Formats: sequence, C-alpha cells, structure tokens
Amino acid sequence: MSTTAAETTACAPGQCEHLLRAGNTNCAGCGMSVGLQWLGEALNEEQPLVVIPACCGIVTAGAFPTTAYNAPVAASTFASAAAVATGLRAVARLNRDRTPVICWAGDGGTYDIGLATLSAAAERNEDIVYICYDNEIYGNTGGQRSSATPEGVFTTTSPGGKSGRKKDIMGIMVAHGIPYAATLSIAHREDFLRKMRTARQIPGFSFLLIHSPCPTGWKSEPDESIDLVRYAVSCGLFPLYEVFHGERYRINERPDPPTIEAINEYMSRQRRYTSAAVDMEHVKREIERRWRFLGAMAAEFGVAEDED
Amino acid sequence: MGRELVTGNHAAGYMLARAGEANRSARGCAGGAYPITPQTEIIEFLRKFDFAKGEIVPVESEHSAMAVCIGAALGGARTFTASSSNGLAYMTENVFAAGFYRLPIVMIAVNRTLGPPWNIWVDQGDSLALRDAAWVQFYADSHQDLVDTILLAFRVAEDQRVMLPVMVALDGFVTSHTQMVVDLPDQELIDAYLPDCNVPHKLDVHHPTTVGGLTWPKETEHHRREIQSAMERVPGVLEEAIDEFEKVFGRRPDGAVATEQTEDANTIMIACNTMARTLRRVVKDRRASEQNVGMVKCKMFRPFPREAMLTALEGATRVGVLDRNHSPGSGGIFWQEIAATLRERPDVLVQDYLVGLGGGDVTPEVIGELFDDLIERRRSEEPVWKELAV
Repeated sequence: MSTTAAETTACAPGQCEHLLRAGNTNCAGCGMSVGLQWLGEALNEEQPLVVIPACCGIVTAGAFPTTAYNAPVAASTFASAAAVATGLRAVARLNRDRTPVICWAGDGGTYDIGLATLSAAAERNEDIVYICYDNEIYGNTGGQRSSATPEGVFTTTSPGGKSGRKKDIMGIMVAHGIPYAATLSIAHREDFLRKMRTARQIPGFSFLLIHSPCPTGWKSEPDESIDLVRYAVSCGLFPLYEVFHGERYRINERPDPPTIEAINEYMSRQRRYTSAAVDMEHVKREIERRWRFLGAMAAEFGVAEDED
Repeated sequence: MGRELVTGNHAAGYMLARAGEANRSARGCAGGAYPITPQTEIIEFLRKFDFAKGEIVPVESEHSAMAVCIGAALGGARTFTASSSNGLAYMTENVFAAGFYRLPIVMIAVNRTLGPPWNIWVDQGDSLALRDAAWVQFYADSHQDLVDTILLAFRVAEDQRVMLPVMVALDGFVTSHTQMVVDLPDQELIDAYLPDCNVPHKLDVHHPTTVGGLTWPKETEHHRREIQSAMERVPGVLEEAIDEFEKVFGRRPDGAVATEQTEDANTIMIACNTMARTLRRVVKDRRASEQNVGMVKCKMFRPFPREAMLTALEGATRVGVLDRNHSPGSGGIFWQEIAATLRERPDVLVQDYLVGLGGGDVTPEVIGELFDDLIERRRSEEPVWKELAV
C-alpha cells in the first residue's frame, strides 16, 4: 500500500541536529529555516514527532516522494496542528513513550484559523511544545494580512496599510496559565536555544513565539534578516521575555527606551512599511505602553535568573 | 453482557469502547469527544468508560475531535469518535483528511437534519454529504445491526487491503434514543474477533516520513486510484469479516445488500436504515396477499455495491428508491446511485421517492402508498416529494 508518506533516510535517535536537510526550497533569508535548524539543535538528544499545518513550513518538506525533514512529520489541516499533536501525544503517553511532540506553525495557523484549537490544547495543558514562527503575514499564499500583521503594514489584502494593532498572542497564551510561554529571536541564539530546551523540559503545554523575518513578504534584503529582527528587539518592538505558569515574568533583554530613530532603523529597511501609513509617534507610544506593562509584571511577579 | 435492553446510543458507545479496549495489548485506543444532539450520549459513554489503555480527549469542536483521531491513528492507536448533522459539517475538512491519509478511524454518524432551519430529527443528508471523503459508509437498520456493524467496521477499516476510515450511520432518535433488546458481546469475544490494530504508515522516529505533504498531479491521481482500488476490495473483505463474525458470535449480520423476496419480484423498493425494516414488513404483508413485490436494504453506501445491487434487481422491471435525504437541484442521493447502477438496464423503470425528510414518520401506510404508486406507474418522473404530494 502506498500513501503520501515520503521516506527519508532514517536518522538514528540523537542524530537529529539537522532537522532541515540540504536542498530544501526555502527563500534566502527565511527566518523559519534558521528556527528549524536551531530546534533540531536544541532537541539534539531526542527525535521529535512534528506536526505542521498548512504554512511555508510544510512546503519546506518538498514534493512526494522526497522530504526535507529529518524527523517524522504529520502535515495537518490548517486549523488542526494542536489537536493532531494531542492525539499523537495521547498515544505516546499510553505507551510510556517520552518522544517530544512539536507543533510548528505560522502566524496564520496560530493567531487566526488555529486559535480555537490552540486555546483548547493549552487549556487541557497537553504535553506538547507549540512553536509559532511569526512572519506577520500569510507568506505561503503570497502575502496577505493576518492578525499578527503590525499596524500600518501594506499587504495584498491591506493595500492601504493595515488598520488596527498586531494581536497580542503572548497575552492570550499567558492568560491560559500554561507552564511556559516565551518569545524568541533568531538574532539571540543562546537565548533561543535555552528557551527551546526549557520548553521541552517543563511538563505540560509550552508556547514559543519566534519573530521570523520573511524577505519576500517584508520586502527586505535576505542578507539583512538577522539584523532586522535584532533591531526589532533593540528598539523595543519585539520584547524578549518568558512567562512561567501564566504569572511569573522574566524579561530577557532590556533595550533602551524607544526612539523614533531606532524604530526607523528597523522599519526603513523594509518596504512593507511606508511613512504614509505609519504614525511613528503612535508606534513609539505603543512600545512604551507595552514595556510599562511588562516592566510592572516583571517587578511585581518576577522570576530570578537562576530560578526556573 | 448477554441480552440487554439498551438505546442505540448506549449500544454504540459500548461497542466503540470495547473495540478500543480490544487493542490494549497493542498501541491502545484514543479519540476526540464533542457533544451534539442526538449523538451526545455516545461520547458521554466513552468519557465515562474506564479504559485499560485508552484516552478520549474532550476537545473544543468536531473539527478537533477528528483531528485528535487523525493524530492518534498516526500514532498507531485504534481510533473512533461520533457526531451528527452540523457537527459532521463542521468536521468535514478533517473527515476528508482522514480518508485521504488512509487512517482506519471508525465514526458513528447519528443522522440528523442539517440546519438551518434547526431540526434535530433524522435525515441522512449529513452523512451523505460526506460520501466523497474516501470513507466506507454503512447504514444500520436496527440496534443489533448497529452493534454488529460497528465490529465489522473495525475489521474492514483496519484490514491491510483496505486501510480506510469507516462511518456507521444510524437514525437520530428512531434508533439512537429508543431501546431494543440486543446481544452485546463480551470483551473476550470482541478480543477474539478484532486483531491488533496496525497502521502501517504511523509516525516512527526510526523511519522518519512526511505524511500528507505535497504531491504532483501524477502522484495525486495515483493516490486517488489506490483509494478506489481499496474501495473495490471492500465487498470481499466485508464478506470475510461476516464469515468470521458468524464463527465467533454465532449469528450472521447483513452484508452490503440484504434482500427480501427479490428472487421472483418484478417490483422492488430500496431503502436503508430503519425505513428498510418497515419496508421489509410491508413486503411480507403484500406477499401474504400475493403481490409480486420485494425489497432491498442498501446497508453499504460507499463503496456503492453495484454488483450486489444488480444481482438483487435482476428480475425487476420497476424499482423504487426511498430517499430520506435531498440533494438540492437533483434529488435523492441513493436514487442517483441506483440509476447509475442500472444504466445498462433500459427495461427498468426507476422512481425516486423523497420521504421522511426532516424526521417525518415513514410508516407502513406511507410505504404502502408509495408501493401502490410504483406498481401503477407507466413511466418514471422527477423525484416525488411524498410529504408534499399527500
């Protein structure tokens, strides 16, 4: 019986550091590609089962009978990653199998169509690691707005620049009281790997949000991808922090107070932002508002560096 | 267990749970649970059942209930769930996914009218809307037929020559909420009947594969053709499963097609589910008054049992179809299949009757009127709306 299961050369358990193999067709400068490699690196000791819904991540596998993934992958329907992972994890648990189950989804599958499924899996505290690589756009369909798209960004379905702010998915996930939620940047490698390992080690549901540059959608230069997300952290737009059990906050990078110049350093290198659609003062105020909240939470409900 | 007076929903819940339990020495069993009238008691039964090696996950939607089954089947477990009506409609994307992944999931579909307007009573439009989803479909005519067909469903679904999901449909309320005395088999007999579930393409860290990724047109056509071939093997696999059933349980369930007095009948009516049981009684009554009529119960809708149907209708010159469903712009869905099956038989008059839509009672008197209409017919017409015609 043949299925759409594409065989790859088996990699022995513990030899999975190259989760994404050479020869995949991802765009140059794709943040997701870096994230996948680092996921494999973080899980070095263990082979995961990976669930990927409709997104660039499943196109990454390539066409049958080949696959670029060096781990078993279930390609799920768009809204179903967290529920398919739930089924896989349930059977693993029944068979006393500690194999990690990872969801790897874009912002469309996380913030939008998959949100109810994700929320339910978080509420049940399923023992899975859910990773969202957030490129702030429906990249796989050619660049439409999602609820992760920042205010003012031009996409094919927000031709006048998106109105309304980016959805605070971290706030939503933290509100579930899940054991671990964290933001990750591919410009901060050690922090990234540590958070991946923490998510794996903490029993129960973990949510990881990766700021994932997309040169095709962001209209940016591929060789500037890492710089861009570094600027996003340093100008305060993408805070690096982690929250334990929905109430214990730790800020991992404390940038200087935001300035128009620093924000502009980030935005001016991407042609998805234009001065016509973006009110810089408003962006600055939003960053300040966000940091006031995070600062207050970390001060009131903080967790020390050596305590997790 | 032995002979018990139970509702259809209780019988279905019991059989799913016991079938799941029968896989305890292998990878166990799992499924998703989400309520909708009139199937809710089935998932309640599953959630309360104390599995030795099983987990039923209470999810937030039917779409996720099927997704949990998909994940659990990809993990190698025996998997099942239940739904109805708009729940099946909401689940649809993953119903297709389960078929196209070729996962041996068993789902109970308690037939209920699709809304709006809202109506909780029986109509087969919900499960029939999923006819193209690469699922085998059975329609049970009674509580005992339901019990037996659920066991047959697992045998067929998990057979390596088939490896397709199976839906077992029953009438909302008429079967789900009424009680009948049935033979509910004990665990030991079910253990003896159901081999361990083996999903050959389950995810395996030692043999990493990507299941359900991208395919080119040629590979996609090949995939669909393989599903068709698997469907074509179902009648033979079903007959084997019935033979084995008789050896283990000492009774013989109906197969894809069951007949009453068709051998010498020139007028034959076709139905499924509880309508078929009522129809059988009408045929027996008419035979007593020496009318030359017969009936066919079409228990299997996918794959459509064309060969068995042609054999059953061999001597017929008039064929009526009772459809408790309606495809707007066409007519009854069973009728479409029967008409296609009889395409080489221009001598046969085929008439469709839309009856019992939205849960209307299909009594012996109603079926009697339709039989009279069929016997007197000179030619077939567009589908007759029974409720509107009287």
